Amino acid sequence: MTVKPLITLQNVTKTFGQVTVIQDVTVSVYPGQVQVLLGENGAGKSTLIKMVAGVYQPDGGQILVDGAVTSLPSTRAAEEHGIATIHQELNLVATMSVAENVMLGRMPTKLGMVDRKELRRQARAALALIGLEIDVDTPVGQLGIARQQLVEIAKALSINARVLILDEPTAALTRHETQALFAVMADLRQRGVGMLFISHHLDEIAEVGDTVTVIRDGHFIAEVPASTPEDELVKLMVGRSIEDQFPRRADETPALTEVLTVTNLTSAGHFDDISFTVRAGEVLGIAGLVGAGRTELIRAIAGADKYDTGSVTVRGAQLPKGDIQAAIRAGIGHVPEDRKGQGLVLDASVNDNLGYATLASSAKLGLADFTGQRRRAEAVAEKLRIRMHTIDQPIRSLSGGNQQKAVFGRWIIAASTVLLLDEPTRGVDVGAKVEIYELMNSITAAGGAIVMVSSELPEILGMSDRILVMRDGRLAGELSAADATQDTVMTLAARDVAAQR
Amino acid sequence: MSTTTLAPTRRSFDYKTFLANNGALVGLVVLCIALVIATPDFLTGQNLLNIGIQVSTVAVLAFGMTFVIVAGGIDLSVGAVAALSAMASGWFFVSAGLPGWMALAGGLVVGLLAGVINGAANAYGKLPSFIATLAMLSVARGLTLVISDGRPIKTAPEVSFLGGNIGPVPMPIVILVLAALVASFILNRTVLGRSMYAVGGNAEAARLSGLPVKRIIVTVFALAGLFAALAGLLLAGRLDSAQPQAAAGYELDAIAAVVIGGASLSGGLGKISGTFIGALVLVVIRNGLNLLNVSSFWQQVVIGLVIALAVGADVLRRKTRNS
Repeated sequence: MTVKPLITLQNVTKTFGQVTVIQDVTVSVYPGQVQVLLGENGAGKSTLIKMVAGVYQPDGGQILVDGAVTSLPSTRAAEEHGIATIHQELNLVATMSVAENVMLGRMPTKLGMVDRKELRRQARAALALIGLEIDVDTPVGQLGIARQQLVEIAKALSINARVLILDEPTAALTRHETQALFAVMADLRQRGVGMLFISHHLDEIAEVGDTVTVIRDGHFIAEVPASTPEDELVKLMVGRSIEDQFPRRADETPALTEVLTVTNLTSAGHFDDISFTVRAGEVLGIAGLVGAGRTELIRAIAGADKYDTGSVTVRGAQLPKGDIQAAIRAGIGHVPEDRKGQGLVLDASVNDNLGYATLASSAKLGLADFTGQRRRAEAVAEKLRIRMHTIDQPIRSLSGGNQQKAVFGRWIIAASTVLLLDEPTRGVDVGAKVEIYELMNSITAAGGAIVMVSSELPEILGMSDRILVMRDGRLAGELSAADATQDTVMTLAARDVAAQR
Repeated sequence: MSTTTLAPTRRSFDYKTFLANNGALVGLVVLCIALVIATPDFLTGQNLLNIGIQVSTVAVLAFGMTFVIVAGGIDLSVGAVAALSAMASGWFFVSAGLPGWMALAGGLVVGLLAGVINGAANAYGKLPSFIATLAMLSVARGLTLVISDGRPIKTAPEVSFLGGNIGPVPMPIVILVLAALVASFILNRTVLGRSMYAVGGNAEAARLSGLPVKRIIVTVFALAGLFAALAGLLLAGRLDSAQPQAAAGYELDAIAAVVIGGASLSGGLGKISGTFIGALVLVVIRNGLNLLNVSSFWQQVVIGLVIALAVGADVLRRKTRNS
């Protein structure tokens, strides 16, 4: 390659205390190219990114910017070299306008006061760089995640970023929004911006990337072209080959017992007249676009939100509205969409997090059952292969996949038989994904029933026995696993949507 | 981070970690040693009993505050509720003519009710706890003045007994120990206590796991009210009278004790032992400065700096541990 890299991490090493998280890794970002960083959760990707962004300094090796050895002692220094990071958690002030956010820290002033006119003009110019047409006076909090992300990219470009680090930018985007982002990335590539891209969606790599750097357990494993087949990438990343990404084993003879029955469920503004049943041993997938009302439906069934009319019945007994405790007693377990915000108490231990649903039911005379809880937690952690040092460590320190397994584990301890899963593998790496799928299999094999909402079509197609498609709060159709393809599902999910955008 | 291949090696005793995790205790020990050296009056039986009596009020208030802070709230009303409870108890005895033990129990019930109202306003009325208890602070202090017409009321003998001695041991110290054991038991052993940590750590996750979050919040504030009432009665018992301006500003001492003890104002963290040490730190500093003849004006300055230092060190510790 004759083009010189914009930035190179050369043989870098990083240790925290006694733990070496990155050892002798080399990765470069070239102008006009998308360098993909691939690795499981905990492989050290975020540590690498933080070295590029000036958050961490390498303990060994060096950083080259434009071929010259450079130290990046702060994020400020990185910015001065034209390096900008788009984090998963966006750095925007929700209550301030788009224009203010884009120009944050360098507002144009006139006589010591903010020059609003100039502010808007410069912000519009920045947004024009990526072809984003929105009212710059809109508070950022009112935009969807996808647009917020684009605002942040515009902000980065307006401070002349040459290297853009994109840390799982597509994790919270719909397919459509992802395409829009990729279009922007393609345009940036034309203009010579170098990008470092991280994603758990393997199919995106070939679509948007040029070269892939694979790391595992803090070590450099390989650099391969982005056109490398997915299963090859998985093998490099996990260190073993994963036979089947979606190991669904449905019962040969489906049981006839209806476990969960939802009848004419309606919640104004969220979902309308939804009816379905789930039988013992069955996985029912619910597909649809973000905003189709899937999460609201799941939450209503779980008792987390109230609904207007209709009924939810578990094994013949109707559940009271908006009563989580009654739903749990009836056997419902709810794995919410936002693991960190709704699923876990991050500062509490793995043990505590596993035990919340059974805290009261296992107690005697109001006293918590510590020994029993620890025994149950250890058993389930072992069964689900939750990787940790000790069961008393804060759950915050586990990787996303292991955290998610703990949310499942809570309901396994509670002996739940109807699991409501909302994006069960979001932000979970390939290895842990397959373990979660195996877990779903063992639940249905034991006569449990599962309702799974997911925005990942391959997951819906690969793991469901039947698929419901929602659109604008209504059921748009039902497909059997045999009939469903990406096309049939998307046609049902997205009809008329183009007209609304 | 990766756990399997790059696990840290364990050492037998890590004194750095010990220091970092027990900063308040270490500070207290250093403080005591310094005072023993600085003045012969510190390490006398009488002075230590004094410290015990003084710490009892602050610590009992702070135990109740610990529940609230662990559960992610704040209670600004504990000082005013302490005063109201003591005053109500005096009124029950003197004006309503109730027997002394009923007057004592009545005082506790008043504190409990004030707490229930705080909790209900927060959980069901959706008022932030800061606002709900700020309102209660004003209401309770106002009611105290209304009941007493601004004058002290004599307490029942049963209440005065709380301020007396059992043999050589002052009753407030006995009550303090009992209150610490009960509070610690609630927080560590009961479903309620464990739920407080969950609610304070992430209320939505707790709710979705089936914990009755609203009921827990009401109970937490009720406990804070009950402990405040107990503190108020201790204070009144020592003086044989309920004072209308009693315990004014004590809520800030209670919050400071909890925070020095290592709790996080964002909830989910905190221990009774920590709070107890925090209360001791405050009281020992005041006591020491008194013995050294430092004016009460300067004492306030010192206390403020200590709070900033303790919490600052704690923030720093968490930051280094998390990165």
